[in-house]
Amino acid sequence: MRCYFDHAATNPLHPDVLETMMPYFRDDFGNPLSLYEMGTKAREAIEKARASTAALINAKPASIVFTASGAESNNFALRGIAIAKQAQGKHIIVSKVEHHSILNAARFLEKSGFVVTYLPVDKYGTVDPEVVRSSITKETTLISVTHASSEIGTVEPIKEIAKIAKENNVVLHADGVATVGNIPVDVNELGVDALSMAAHQFYGPKGAAALYIREGLRIVPLIYGGIQEGGRRAGTENVPAIVGMGKAAEIAYSEMSTRMGHAKGLRDRIIKALLDIPNVYLTGHPDNRLPNHASFVVEFIEGEAMLLMLAMKGIYAASGSACSSRALKSSPVLLSLGTPTALAQGSIVFTLGDDNNDEQVDYLLREFPAVIGRLREMSPFAKGWQ
Amino acid sequence: MQIKFVSNVKADVTADIVYMMCPMHLLKLDEMMKKIDKGQILEILTDYDGALEDIPQWCEKTGNQFIGLDEDEDYYKFYVKKLT
Repeated sequence: MRCYFDHAATNPLHPDVLETMMPYFRDDFGNPLSLYEMGTKAREAIEKARASTAALINAKPASIVFTASGAESNNFALRGIAIAKQAQGKHIIVSKVEHHSILNAARFLEKSGFVVTYLPVDKYGTVDPEVVRSSITKETTLISVTHASSEIGTVEPIKEIAKIAKENNVVLHADGVATVGNIPVDVNELGVDALSMAAHQFYGPKGAAALYIREGLRIVPLIYGGIQEGGRRAGTENVPAIVGMGKAAEIAYSEMSTRMGHAKGLRDRIIKALLDIPNVYLTGHPDNRLPNHASFVVEFIEGEAMLLMLAMKGIYAASGSACSSRALKSSPVLLSLGTPTALAQGSIVFTLGDDNNDEQVDYLLREFPAVIGRLREMSPFAKGWQ
Repeated sequence: MQIKFVSNVKADVTADIVYMMCPMHLLKLDEMMKKIDKGQILEILTDYDGALEDIPQWCEKTGNQFIGLDEDEDYYKFYVKKLT
């Protein structure tokens, strides 16, 4: 049995999305800037995708800039807005539970003369809006807080942070890569000025992503060149992928509540069963978390070992983010919650999707306790506990 | 062409393309001029230096009136009146 429980890393392509993309690989392969019919067709397809992507987050189509990845959208937002506003001030605020594409972009800005405040979080990974308020100075121009962490699933109080940002005339960017297409996201209700999203997080293709930029907000391009995306992001558009993103956005919009209900049912079964195992702890917020997200730390053993043993059984999960699990280091996100370093090594994350079912969860719940038992038998740290 | 500096021009429509590079100033100018009515004034905000030459020339070529430009702290404000 193959059980893919790593939907935060990426999702399979929805069959309807693939079908919608195919003509733009084969027949309608024109460059959207070409003036003849093939170009016009490609251009119209991009604009249709822009409208669907905008509708998913209740934005105007003109406020969507297509990019190639969530990481690019995050870099574009952080660097583009901070640099555009540097005449007003050079202080930006980000949380400690951000993705590396925010944290590393913030470090780059720090080296370029900006001052960065890294917001602490509570034991569930939640940012306190009042700490955001007290971190704002006269020099602050930009705040970036993730809408939800893909490592711990906690959904952040973006609406409250947005109010504070607005009161202080500071721009707010939210990393919505883990949320857009998975839970309802309305940029007007949230009050964000910029929002990142990626198609492969909601059954669209890799290589298509977007940044929502509120109308009237200035941003310095990350990539200079042609006039694509209104001059804000140069480079010949990845037409099939953008078309796929638009279709995936349409499907996500219409199937949102069914998807959420399906994932949540499976998630709750996993959380309830795994917390019955001694010394297994849930990470992230117990209630205010993504509906498809179950994350834990397992004491006395390492995440990598669990992943490999589960993979041998055909069960695919993650330990920390898809990127940091390859770096073999403790997750900075877990450490920022106050998780002890040794315990943070035992991180495991199950993220569910449309292709999962109860039978697969039954299989996981049969196999995983045995994997934990076997690894603990080998663990020198477990001896003291026993 | 002699650059004419103006101030306090009341524009009917504004297009903000600060930080956008060439040729966005000409594409946006063309796009916006198609949208506004004859006699209306378009204001274009840009920090692209090439616009100092290009926008007056575009006006001359297309028969529209280049009213002049105003300088803000770090960008220019160009004013164009639609005549054609």
